[in-house]
Amino acid sequence: MSGHVAPKSLYCTVFVTLMVFTGLTVWVAFYDLGLYSNIVALGIACIKATLVILFFMHVRWSTRLTWVVVMSGFFWLLILFGLGMSDYLSRGWVQGTLR
Amino acid sequence: MPNYLTNGHGLASWLLTKDHKRIALLYLASITAFFFLGGMFAFLIRLELLTPAGDVMTSESYNKMFTMHGVVMVFFFLIPSIPAVLGNFFIPIMIGAKDLAFPRINLLSWYVYVLGGLFTLVAALGGGVDTGWTFYTPYSTAASNTHVITAGLGVFITGFSSILTGLNFIVTIHRMRAPGMTWFRLPLFVWSHYATSLIMILGTPVIAITVLLVAVERGLHLGIFDPALGGDPILFQHLFWFYSHPAVYIMILPAMGVISEVVQAFSRKNVFGYSFVAFSSLAIAIIGFLVWGHHIFVAGQSVYAGLIFSILSFLVAIPSAVKVFNWTATIYKGSVSFDAPMLYAFGFLGLFTIGGLTGLFLATVGLDVHVHDTYFIIAHFHYIMVGGAIMGYLAGLHYWWPKISGKMYPEGWARFAALIVFVGFNLTFFPQFVLGYLGMPRRYHVYPPEFQVLNVLSTAGATVLAVGYLLPMVYFTWSIFAGEKAPMNPWGVKGLEWEIPSPPPTENFVVSPIVTHRTHQYAPSKEVGIGG
Amino acid sequence: MAADGHARVAAEGAHGVRHPRLQHHFDDMEQQAEASTLGMWVFLVTEIMFFGGLFMAYLVYRTQMPDAFREASHHLDITLGATNTVILIVSSLTMALAVRSAQTGQPAKTQVGWLVATMVFGAAFLGIKAIEYTEKFRDHIVPGPFFEWHGTYPRGAEMFYSLYFAMTGLHALHMVVGLGIMTVMASLAWRGRFDDTYYTPIEVSGLYWHFVDIVWIFLFPLLYLIGRH
Ligand code: HEM
Ligand SMILES: [Cu+2]
Repeated sequence: MSGHVAPKSLYCTVFVTLMVFTGLTVWVAFYDLGLYSNIVALGIACIKATLVILFFMHVRWSTRLTWVVVMSGFFWLLILFGLGMSDYLSRGWVQGTLR
Repeated sequence: MPNYLTNGHGLASWLLTKDHKRIALLYLASITAFFFLGGMFAFLIRLELLTPAGDVMTSESYNKMFTMHGVVMVFFFLIPSIPAVLGNFFIPIMIGAKDLAFPRINLLSWYVYVLGGLFTLVAALGGGVDTGWTFYTPYSTAASNTHVITAGLGVFITGFSSILTGLNFIVTIHRMRAPGMTWFRLPLFVWSHYATSLIMILGTPVIAITVLLVAVERGLHLGIFDPALGGDPILFQHLFWFYSHPAVYIMILPAMGVISEVVQAFSRKNVFGYSFVAFSSLAIAIIGFLVWGHHIFVAGQSVYAGLIFSILSFLVAIPSAVKVFNWTATIYKGSVSFDAPMLYAFGFLGLFTIGGLTGLFLATVGLDVHVHDTYFIIAHFHYIMVGGAIMGYLAGLHYWWPKISGKMYPEGWARFAALIVFVGFNLTFFPQFVLGYLGMPRRYHVYPPEFQVLNVLSTAGATVLAVGYLLPMVYFTWSIFAGEKAPMNPWGVKGLEWEIPSPPPTENFVVSPIVTHRTHQYAPSKEVGIGG
Repeated sequence: MAADGHARVAAEGAHGVRHPRLQHHFDDMEQQAEASTLGMWVFLVTEIMFFGGLFMAYLVYRTQMPDAFREASHHLDITLGATNTVILIVSSLTMALAVRSAQTGQPAKTQVGWLVATMVFGAAFLGIKAIEYTEKFRDHIVPGPFFEWHGTYPRGAEMFYSLYFAMTGLHALHMVVGLGIMTVMASLAWRGRFDDTYYTPIEVSGLYWHFVDIVWIFLFPLLYLIGRH
């Protein structure tokens, strides 16, 4: 079989990076950056997730089909969030109503 | 050489089979049972509505009737119907494979389906559910004192059977195609099932978590949708319809796939605009995810979101119309024969068109305010789900029955039944358009006397329709024992499934086929379309 | 488009013998392995959407009552949450190494070793989660009739904890399933099932394990960190 074998050192580098980002996100959480607090926390989570997906889950070396499958999962999540929030964020725009 | 029916005897050889063809038959038996159960509930509903007064049952029982009818028909009949029976049986054969990619998961999906069905039966026998098939909160979480948790878990569990089927189809279509079976040589039936599977895997998990949360809110007091904690019942509706609008395409897309095959076969013509028909399936699957808000126009969704969802809903009509036009163009100047499958296909074309067009009326916010929650809605979706999906299912069942059973059904009776179904269907549901437009609300067991004439017509139609559905039951069963032996290719059509014996051997193909062109190439014609 | 179906010529494998783990309906090991990994990825997409419904609920309520959520999240223990994050990431590393040890055909003992390490960390995660849950029960901040909140936003706090238990509970359930899968994998590995010609089950289980890790990578900031300052 022809799966890609990644070197141990790569796994360790990824692991250390994940640890650093974990430390960073906890540290940053204690500072009030306003709206940026949320963005930083979620941004770091996204980076960590991407690292896990690319290296631990071997997507970096996978077929294009795998990329498409992974991306479509997150894309559909965004459809749910985006169209769903289009309702919540525009509630009450019509003067004098809750709608 | 034994065929798949004779290869192995006894109950265990069926209940433990990993053969996709036998699993398809297990599904056929179980969904037929649920179809009749759902039909019983429908019969009681129509019986109650024969007169304006509530003289057959109380309003509480009536609420349970339409709920159980909806739950059984949607989750236990329509969603599995074509994919789990015809798709299961024919997708591997049509792409030249020996089986689906995961035969054991295929069997598991049937057991999961049966388990979900048992939960629903327990709920029904224990006294029923009265929330409507939509399980809307806060009624379902706080007010109803019926078996919401049991029925909800039933839906949750069958959801997984649907997910497993979709997963299996996707992997099979990607990885199990015979040499030469390129994407643009796939039969359109396979394309439409690929699109259906996408919806199954992307949508079903959302309804699964949603009904699970309802059950948890009732049982464990987590208050995700509880207005007392600032929760929003409309959030439930968003999550519910995020699945349930696409789910209506789970029901109709496979039927469209059947119609594509049948129309080509009985017009003796290659489909007009293959790649348009193929891609319109994908377009329907994708755009179908962007329109769910049209069910919540008047429920408290913001006006601007309503506007967006309205516009997006119009878009989904485009790929549906593409299909209808292309089928019509395929029939045009074909050498058409009017065998039973084709009669059902004609029925599908007319009824689906009416259902789809009324969908556009409903997607227009101003009009929907008028007809929302009336019989107009009921008529709309029955035109599509019964007039479209079930007609497609019957078309496919007749078309492939000789292959599945190895026996011919009686053609005369079948044409007669097709006619009865068509007449009965229209008599049942056309009056409901009028009733709804005149303002008769859905989900009430009494109504003002001026609506009685139309309701009597509808109940009469339902009786005719019931006869139309019983007839195939009878003659299919009869044909198993006394029907003529079916030849390999009774319709004289082209396609891999017609190049193997009827019924097929367990391994499908003795020698793996090598595919050199599309199916349904009748006249010498060039292979048009991308990549052909 | 070129024919990308698998050449049936290869049906008997390069050396004319079918691998003992090759199921009858596949042509070769490569096709079988690709089908399994694709199947797992498709399944993980359904998992994304499954958790997605809950994340949607979180998103809606967090935007509607940010102050209540901020107040409520102060009752979560960041130290325990961060410790659990570290533990899960370590378990992902050992999982990746377990897959690698099978891929490179290392002896059964090595494979089992990495798998058991993964399980130990997984169990540790669940242990810490149990401690956290116990504290919530002790402090009466479990939603339901016995919920007590002495802050400004009792209703919003109860909603926060409804989401907290739903999300972490579902995640913990996935961890338990993961431990079950790893037990099976370890026993298969022990019997020498996996080597460099056949390691798909362990690889595919690894994908699942990493996915569960990723869910926690998001749950940690969403529940413990946001609005913490
Ligand atoms: C052209 C595409 C379609 C459009 C634009 C459309 C539009 C709509 C709209 C706006 C409603 C909501 C009406 C209301 O409750 O006030 C609705 C209800 C419904 N539609 Fe369609 N529809 C389309 C196709 C379909 C298809 C293909 C099916 C089924 C196979 C279907 C099944 C249903 C069902 C089941 C409901 C009612 C659910 C309920 O409230 O119980 N629709 N449709
Ligand atoms: Cu809809």
